[in-house]
Amino acid sequence: MQLLWLVPALPLLGALVLALMGGIMGRRAGAVIGCASVGLSCLVSVAVAGRFVTTHVSVFHQILFPWVTVGSLQVPMGLWLDQLSLVMMVVITLVSFLIHLYSVEFMGGEADYSLFFCYMNLFVGSMLILVLGDSLLSLYLGWEGVGLCSYLLIGFWHRDRNNGIAAQKAFIVTRVGDTALAIGLFLLFWKTGTLDIRQVMQVVAAPEMRAVAFAAGLLLLGGAVGKSAQIPLHTWLPDAMAGPTPVSALIHAATMVTAGVYLIARTNAVYRAAPTAMLLVAIVGAATALYGALCALPQRDIKRVLAYSTISQVGYMVLALGVGAWSAAIFHFVTHAFFKALLFLSAGIAVQALGEERDVYRMGGLFRRLPWAGWTFLIGAASLSALPLVTAGFYSKDRIIWAGWFSDQGSAVFGAAALLASFLTAVYIFRVFFLVFLGHPHHEIERLPGRPMKLAVAVLSFFAITAGFVGMPQILGGFSPLLDFLSRAVGASTPISSRGEAGFLVLSAIETLTAIWFAYALFVRVPAWVVGLAKAPGYEMVRQFALTGMGFDSLYDRVVVRPYVAAARLGRGDFVDVFYNILAFFVWMSNRALSATESGRVRNYATGLLLGAVLVTVLLLLR
Amino acid sequence: MSEVSTISTPAVIGISLALFLIGLLGVMVRRDLLFVLMSLEIMLNAAGLAFIAAAAKWRQPDGQVMVLLILVAAAAEVGVGLSLVLRLYHQFDTVDGDEISLMRG
Repeated sequence: MQLLWLVPALPLLGALVLALMGGIMGRRAGAVIGCASVGLSCLVSVAVAGRFVTTHVSVFHQILFPWVTVGSLQVPMGLWLDQLSLVMMVVITLVSFLIHLYSVEFMGGEADYSLFFCYMNLFVGSMLILVLGDSLLSLYLGWEGVGLCSYLLIGFWHRDRNNGIAAQKAFIVTRVGDTALAIGLFLLFWKTGTLDIRQVMQVVAAPEMRAVAFAAGLLLLGGAVGKSAQIPLHTWLPDAMAGPTPVSALIHAATMVTAGVYLIARTNAVYRAAPTAMLLVAIVGAATALYGALCALPQRDIKRVLAYSTISQVGYMVLALGVGAWSAAIFHFVTHAFFKALLFLSAGIAVQALGEERDVYRMGGLFRRLPWAGWTFLIGAASLSALPLVTAGFYSKDRIIWAGWFSDQGSAVFGAAALLASFLTAVYIFRVFFLVFLGHPHHEIERLPGRPMKLAVAVLSFFAITAGFVGMPQILGGFSPLLDFLSRAVGASTPISSRGEAGFLVLSAIETLTAIWFAYALFVRVPAWVVGLAKAPGYEMVRQFALTGMGFDSLYDRVVVRPYVAAARLGRGDFVDVFYNILAFFVWMSNRALSATESGRVRNYATGLLLGAVLVTVLLLLR
Repeated sequence: MSEVSTISTPAVIGISLALFLIGLLGVMVRRDLLFVLMSLEIMLNAAGLAFIAAAAKWRQPDGQVMVLLILVAAAAEVGVGLSLVLRLYHQFDTVDGDEISLMRG
């Protein structure tokens, strides 16, 4: 277990090597280093996890080196491995490695090949520091590192101006949340006097710290909302699709958006002490789950469907956190990491095969021609829509809906919202599946996936099905080692009575199957009344409303961006600048005067010499 | 030693000063590099004349030694200067010092 430090160090080292020598090494070497660093990190983390489980230790704390030493404040760089960070670490390294492997082939034609792997490695390394760090400071370091890398990777194809704008949007919008997080961390440090997460949590749990816990809870929620793309700071995520597909998979599945979920799970003591803040978490989660599912319905761009799907699914996790089902949230993170990465990667195969065609209405008929993408997308879609019994998503999502409805902090509103969102989820993802993989072909297949891409989606498919079997509900035997394991780190979840669970499971199973049938009826058979509905007045307006993400972008544009730009214009010529303008004018004038002397004309220089000599002589005589 | 020269020392110094100023004016005003070189020679000779006058006035040989030194230096300078002018002429097809400038100031 002493090798734990290698887990974040290897990807960071890989990033360093690629950054310094990426220009001189060949493409092959760049790919090997990029993949091997994350692959080795994955192996080490699995080995560490094995030791951790078999030796039955409860935590493992490794202090690496003194990091910040200011006066009496000492913050060492340390790694803190408990059940929560262990699960996060293994999933992050495994999924990231598969995405790296996929990228080797997917990004094969890129010019900045090793630079891409450099950013990806840095991304993974930052995320690992975020989940493994033992202090609030290292958490924040990882948090910012992830933000930076998301900016770099979303704007990776920077020759297109729009991609740069999307990257800036992601950076600036999440920065709003980051600021809230920073203030929250300052508050916690100020009130508790320490940066060690464990000690902070112990202090905050005390009854007299209620007000602090409430304020800190709200601020940390602000950070989580920004990074995890929850309402109202979710607007960056759909635009983040400007990046290459593996980047989307990495951001959506293993890193970045789940940082907020981890943050709240890690600081759950704060929320236990502040039930009001916790209720707000649940409200944000439920609203986002429903919002994401509604917005995903009418999208034409396959990647945008998946983006809204991520918003919705992370909403589920946040809802679970809000109702005190801490382990269920992380359980859903695990299954989501597998099936969402799978969906992105198989969608990437389809998109690349059709020459960057991303409009679902123009893809069509790929199931026979691209069986690899077809089958894996089907598995991912089934898992996402929680197809009963056979998929991972079923076990994790139903646990959240169940907790949302019946736990002590839950309510029928949350449960109903989650159930409705689950219905919509199955409809929108199977809409995409039916439109893209069934139906009539529109394009020729330009390229077929090679071995690395096939391997990546195959492994992810395996986990997208089996990752749920470690969290069985009570009624199906209650075999849930993962949840029991997690609850040792995040504390016991709010108790839920298991009465009526069987009926609920049947209900949600019927709901999913109905939704899939509904999608089939709507988008494959296309009955006459649907065509009629599409012509109905108001339908187009509703469709546009959902297509543009329910107007959040234009709202922010009117309320924030335009007033800001107007104020900036207004302030352009204010009096503060006068002083600096005069200064600049003097510099400019003296530049002109001095450059006139450098004429390159020998006789002018001779004159200068003469004048100097005369001046010196006169000065000597006058002395 | 008896009186060698009948010209008074201040007069020689005056001629030397006049020569020096003529040379200096030539360096500053002339654009043709050949004339600039010639003006430089005049200035050197003016300095040499002043040395001669001073040596005669104080009856010391040092001044005459200095003149020999100046003559050698002037010869070397002309050698180097002329070859530079020749190269410049090949390069720029002109010996106008102002034209040759590549500066933008």
